[in-house]
Amino acid sequence: MTGIVALYIFMLAAFTGYEVISRVPVILHTPLMSGSNFVHGIVLVGAMVALGNAHTPLEKTIGFIGVLLAAGNAVGGYVVTERMLEMFKSSKAPRSASEER
Amino acid sequence: MPAAPAAPWSAGSLIQASYFVTAVLFITGLKRMSSPVSARSGIVWAGAGMLVATLVTFAYPGMSNYPLISAAIVLGAALAWWSGKRVAMTNMPQMIALYNGMGGGAAASIAAVELYRGGSDGAVGTTLAVAGGLIGAVSFSGSAIAFGKLQGLIKRSIRFRGQQIVSLLLLAAALVHGVLAIVHPGDSSVYVTGLLIFALLLGLAMTLPIGGADMPVVISLYNALTGLAVGFEGFALHNAAMIIAGTVVGSAGTLLTQLMARAMNRSLGNVLFSGFGEGSAAGGGEVSGSLKPIEASDVGVMLAFAQKVIVVPGYGMAVAQAQHKIWELCQLLIDRGVTVRFAIHPVAGRMPGHMNVLLAEAGVPYDLIGDLEEINGEFETADVALVIGANDVVNPVARTDKSSPIYGMPILNADRAQNVIVIKRGQGAGFSGIENALFYLDNTRMLYGDAQKVGSALIAAVKALS
Repeated sequence: MTGIVALYIFMLAAFTGYEVISRVPVILHTPLMSGSNFVHGIVLVGAMVALGNAHTPLEKTIGFIGVLLAAGNAVGGYVVTERMLEMFKSSKAPRSASEER
Repeated sequence: MPAAPAAPWSAGSLIQASYFVTAVLFITGLKRMSSPVSARSGIVWAGAGMLVATLVTFAYPGMSNYPLISAAIVLGAALAWWSGKRVAMTNMPQMIALYNGMGGGAAASIAAVELYRGGSDGAVGTTLAVAGGLIGAVSFSGSAIAFGKLQGLIKRSIRFRGQQIVSLLLLAAALVHGVLAIVHPGDSSVYVTGLLIFALLLGLAMTLPIGGADMPVVISLYNALTGLAVGFEGFALHNAAMIIAGTVVGSAGTLLTQLMARAMNRSLGNVLFSGFGEGSAAGGGEVSGSLKPIEASDVGVMLAFAQKVIVVPGYGMAVAQAQHKIWELCQLLIDRGVTVRFAIHPVAGRMPGHMNVLLAEAGVPYDLIGDLEEINGEFETADVALVIGANDVVNPVARTDKSSPIYGMPILNADRAQNVIVIKRGQGAGFSGIENALFYLDNTRMLYGDAQKVGSALIAAVKALS
């Protein structure tokens, strides 16, 4: 993979992010921010690789903290988003009963 | 040259294929999360992607320290699981800030390990690692401050003369150290340490002066920044999953931040650098009239015999956890034939959509909830506007007083209702510190008390009438 290909990935991913979120109703802004917060928890993968290649005690310490924080980002982000979206279920029943839109 | 034996793009086609699947799952998940009907499955899709990526990374070539990796994952995951399950719905915004800061910290840690080891993959890779480390560290300390403010650990905004100059100097110092680290890849430990310390201080200096009212925008901004940092570290590590996920979040978060800032009719630069948020109350000094208190029983009668009531919830409702009581009250009113609507300002509460989440939790159907544009014309036909712990978003000063810091911000026209009832804990000014002219209008009555207790009193008052 060359730099220019990486640049293409970067550009296309940026447009994708913009498009995906541009049609979101206000009602989902907080869950979606939370959801995107979960998605950048993928930093866990990089932190694992960094710790996996760490040699000195300093590198290992920082790498350990990195994996710890990244796991917190991913799991915490998931739990919080899931709890928030769970509540939309309970409100769906009365909505569809009263008026389907 | 990098000591990283993690042979990047060519090796491990299983890993690459898995990361590809992860990227598809993430984007599909986010797409599904952008519609109320499919939102709940969206997080499950994204979660599956995360699981795939994490598991397959254990098979990454040339890795060691597996016990350490596993221990860190278990510990971090357990703490986050425990805190995420325990936290009350009203405290969600600061938890997002906290988890987001952790992501930023992780990106900065990756940069630190890579750079201490002597830079990754030539000048370009090192530059990207430095950029990701700088942004990640700013996001880490900035999010920590945002968490502290929303959690009430940091009560006041710390502000002093020349604050922006200090921030600029810190940024310059971090950049200089970053450049030195890039130029001296073999011997850069001192510069890397300096880069990270100045970046952490920059995050503190940037966030401390920002008032609590602006925190939604700030958290969203740091969310985007963490995404960007993750994307940059992905470039440095040649990790496609990180590049795609990080960049998608970076651009989506930037758009979300802009939407929020626009809802407040302010530019992002204005939010970050104007120091608005509290203390600058002098602008709205010409508020005249007096605060006129009212009893809950009188409000009960007023609501019960109204044609149309519009409820304007704000942060006060969230703090008091009053959403269930308020919905119970509204159901009583609906049973009596009153038309009830909820009006939600884009920046009500501490996060965009914060009020929507709380009302959804209480079971309020979507079709009763209107946002700014939908419902603003309806206030003129409403008998009662019931303002529950909302303040700046209904302050008419934003329309009239050019000297006010919130001048020009679109507001809910609660003042145009026949009667305005404001449920409020005490007589103090709102989070922004600006006096609210709405409270002094002739058709406004103040109902003091905790929103939950007041809600119970109103329910009793309405029930007593039937």
